[in-house]
Amino acid sequence: MSAIPRAKKPTFEIGRETRLELYRLQLELRMCEKRAFDLFLQNLIKGTSHLSLGQEAIAAAFGVAMRPDDWTFCTYRGHAHTLARGVSMASVLGELMGRECGLLAGKGGSMHLTDVERGVMGSYAIIGAHLPIAAGAAWSAQYRGTQQVSVCFFGDGTTNIGAFHEALNFAVVWKLPVVFVCENNLYMEYTPIGAVTAVPNPAGDRAAAYGLPSIVVDGNDADIMYETAVTAITKAREGGGPSLIEARTYRHSGHSRADPAKYRPAGELEEWLKRDPVPTYRERLLRLGVSEGTLKGIEDDTQRKVDEATAIAKASPTPSLDLIDKDVWADGSTAWRN
Amino acid sequence: MAELTYRDAVAAGIAQEMRRDPNVVFLGEDVAAAGGVFKATVGLLEEFGPKRVRDCPISEQAILGAAMGAAMTGLRPIAEIMFSDFLAVCWDIVANEMAKMRYMTNGQTAMPVVVRTANGAGSRFGAQHSQSLENWAMAVPGLKVVAPAYPADVKGLLAAAVRDNDPVVFFEQKSLYPMKGEVPDGEHYEPLGKAKVLRRGGDCTIVALAAMVHRAMDAAEVLKREHGIDATVIDVRSLVPLDTQTILTEVARTGHLVTVEENPRLCGWGAEIASIVTEECFWDLDGPIVRITTPHIPLPAADALEDNTLPSVARIVETVRTRID
Repeated sequence: MSAIPRAKKPTFEIGRETRLELYRLQLELRMCEKRAFDLFLQNLIKGTSHLSLGQEAIAAAFGVAMRPDDWTFCTYRGHAHTLARGVSMASVLGELMGRECGLLAGKGGSMHLTDVERGVMGSYAIIGAHLPIAAGAAWSAQYRGTQQVSVCFFGDGTTNIGAFHEALNFAVVWKLPVVFVCENNLYMEYTPIGAVTAVPNPAGDRAAAYGLPSIVVDGNDADIMYETAVTAITKAREGGGPSLIEARTYRHSGHSRADPAKYRPAGELEEWLKRDPVPTYRERLLRLGVSEGTLKGIEDDTQRKVDEATAIAKASPTPSLDLIDKDVWADGSTAWRN
Repeated sequence: MAELTYRDAVAAGIAQEMRRDPNVVFLGEDVAAAGGVFKATVGLLEEFGPKRVRDCPISEQAILGAAMGAAMTGLRPIAEIMFSDFLAVCWDIVANEMAKMRYMTNGQTAMPVVVRTANGAGSRFGAQHSQSLENWAMAVPGLKVVAPAYPADVKGLLAAAVRDNDPVVFFEQKSLYPMKGEVPDGEHYEPLGKAKVLRRGGDCTIVALAAMVHRAMDAAEVLKREHGIDATVIDVRSLVPLDTQTILTEVARTGHLVTVEENPRLCGWGAEIASIVTEECFWDLDGPIVRITTPHIPLPAADALEDNTLPSVARIVETVRTRID
């Protein structure tokens, strides 16, 4: 396993307001995911769920860097990326809980969060599938000249599936405005990525195969991620084609809620907790002169919003059974015969 | 009326829709500069240019994924999968993604995409380039499934597929590409989900699809001429949506149902129709429903072997003559 890229200073100035938003958003993703975990323990969330605890800097940085009409494509580990586009916590928690107020009224569940109005074009639960789909959306933007950009998030394990290769090659040949973001959290489900991958940097070392520069960055540093996001999105928007980014990060919990992550070597989690993106960013803001009171205000406000969202989701009824027979087809029906 | 081949009707159908709607785009392997390996898309690149008619790498997941992403964001793509057998390498995009997206997202996403593919036997291509796979698509909720038998239907149903707001898998029977037929002049559109009664007789109802329609029609001629059996022949045309009313009406009238299916035996579309007929017009039946299919084997390549696996005119005649009396 290659060394974690060291944090370095961004090459351009990030304004105070942007930094506060990066902090607020990381905090929202953290608190909302923690709340989701609590709700599992209370058996209010059924099925499976994959948390982004520890990986928030990546989703938050792209959320701040993207234009409102840009598109997000995420995996089954997509709560954070969905929230980062401004989707309400109540609708995300409601979906996880299978309630009427859920983003998909309970029809999709944790692994399929989608909000077309806010550019969240789906969470995809089959590894690799959404890379070509994100490329297709980018093709549509290119064809129509809208300068929209597709951003596609996926894990390190995805770099070993065929769709990854097909999509990268396709996007480069067609010079599509798409940004591929590999969140390398060191584990493909339960197995260390290094044990099943031919190269040390699963995405970065593959970039050359598509004529792309290798970009391996510290995914736990919101400033570095923001700069990386702005650079890649700008390149795509200006017709420069796709980018492949490998963001090094760490999953604080297991692969899914069924996984206690006992395969991790002793001390690894503790090492990474020292690099936890949320408290380290807080320390940076204090060093940069942001007052304790300002940060405390953001924290209290976010906690209150999480509590309110939880209350809304808990109070929401279960979905109407009428939904079972709706929306297979564009006419709203499920009819397959006359 | 102009006489077109089935293959030329494909290009004519795509061209008609591309002229009509600038958001219709077409992509696939060897479809643009080469005009398709079956020459079914000749002239499209010349008329519509490389922005709308695009050659792709051998990347079926990328082709269908790109078509899906484009369909969700404002375009109406037509994607070609060269042989339907290749659907197996990109079935995730078809069955898990295109088909389920609207339902899973509580109706948020649009999916106006057509997957065209060359299907079926008769060209001696062996087991991996000759399969009849309509049933795979029919088994997945969220996919519309069309398989035309005549050039006019190729053009008209393709127009309907492109204008439809749901994913349509459009199976072209590759042995029919050289077949000629009358196609109406000007804009031609045939709605999805309507079976066509091609001839009416009082003794039995033969239901067939794609290449088997022609064999059923030939068999009906022989049955009438040589055995005095007068058969109704229905071209199903669209498996999803399925025009059960036309089938039920004709079966109730004749009292007998025979399906002619190119697919291997198990879970063929005819089994679903037999089940519906049994449930809904059992008391109108005068005898058992009979399914004529390819045996449940991978298709052999040699002409003598292939010819003896597919339902033939002789087998249809013999089966109807001995089972329907």
